[in-house]
Amino acid sequence: MTGLPLTPSQTVGPFLSIALPWPDGPTVVPEDTPGAITITGRLLDGEGAPVPDALIETWQADPDGRFDHPDDPRGAPGAGTAFRGFGRCPTGPDGSYHIVTLRPGALPSPDGGREAPHLDVSVFARGLLDRVVTRIYFSDEEEANADDPVLSAITDPARRGTLIAAAGADDKSRFQFTIRLQGEHETVFFDV
Amino acid sequence: MTTHPPSPPAGLILPSYERPRGLHPPLDSPGYRSTALRAPSQPPLMIPQGLTEITGPALGEGRVAPADADLTTQHAGEPLGERISVTGRVLDSDGRAIPDTLVEVWQANAAGRYQHVVDNHPAPLDPNFSGVGRCVTDSEGRYRFVTIKPGAYPWRNHPNAWRPAHIHFSLFGRAFTQRLVTQMYFPDDPLFEYDPIFNSIPDPQARQRLISRFDINLTEPDWALGYEWDIVLRGSAGTVLEEQR
Repeated sequence: MTGLPLTPSQTVGPFLSIALPWPDGPTVVPEDTPGAITITGRLLDGEGAPVPDALIETWQADPDGRFDHPDDPRGAPGAGTAFRGFGRCPTGPDGSYHIVTLRPGALPSPDGGREAPHLDVSVFARGLLDRVVTRIYFSDEEEANADDPVLSAITDPARRGTLIAAAGADDKSRFQFTIRLQGEHETVFFDV
Repeated sequence: MTTHPPSPPAGLILPSYERPRGLHPPLDSPGYRSTALRAPSQPPLMIPQGLTEITGPALGEGRVAPADADLTTQHAGEPLGERISVTGRVLDSDGRAIPDTLVEVWQANAAGRYQHVVDNHPAPLDPNFSGVGRCVTDSEGRYRFVTIKPGAYPWRNHPNAWRPAHIHFSLFGRAFTQRLVTQMYFPDDPLFEYDPIFNSIPDPQARQRLISRFDINLTEPDWALGYEWDIVLRGSAGTVLEEQR
């Protein structure tokens, strides 16, 4: 163990959109994939104003709760289940973003419990000197959410509610997830 | 709702990553005005590193062409400015190389202007320079870009505010925990002491780690100056951090 000193973070600045967005960034899976869901929302600042120069990134398990990654001790997902798991979307002039993906499965946690289906989210923006990290859970997973160790650690129901994407009233494949960086109803952010 | 719920295998043992303290800039850094309405007011909640955090995407394949690493050959003509190469290794703090990981860069042109609609600095655009590059690290974690040295540019943070010349870097590493976006600077820039973004890093020694090193041996005769800059991402928990002193 050499203990090399770490490289510190700096802001993405106002011009990230020349480099980081990809044409297929928001589509973790093609929109016509069976079972695809769309998560939409806005990124808002401390005055409730849209943040138009940000990037939202998501990372998640596949629908079976698997990761195609060497550090997942359960091994690789089954053949034919290739899934990028990663999404990225710049915010628009109204602070909006969208991600088209498949619902992640539940996960075992190291302490023997279970994590409810969720996406990890990174937010990058001008004015953020480091990314902020949050999670998207799903409003129609009440039972799994009740047992989730991360959600359970948040005692204030209003704070916990900031992490739960609301299913559309008519279209159950559409979810709404607003991210408030600061102030009233501020989203819960995590130190991972 | 899953038909095959994964059952927790006995003794699910995952790697764990160090959590740097006092390394990154505080999100609320008043000297950088744009933090005022964007920095969360609540401290982040520490959560265990589970499967989602210790894994991450494998990106790059099919997304990066060899030419993407040479920002001087992306147009019909050559960009104006001082041609340079920038190389280094992506490592973790355990000293392990991180191979096959995507590195994305963006920067201003030699005159200090970005190819971006919002950049209204009255300096010339260069039709032969987009200022965007990407590559994937090799088996030793090494990346290399050929580009031109970016210019300093003014911004409106405070009167007579200028950013030191820099290249933005985006790194993924191998896990969600390691994701990092930062900026690389050039040696001996007179603007360092005036820049609230550079100085937002609390530890002056840590700031120095964002400054690349000029290397005559990486400099190609009659062609391009060479700079070297290594990037160190979070390693395993238990590493004794200089920052924790």
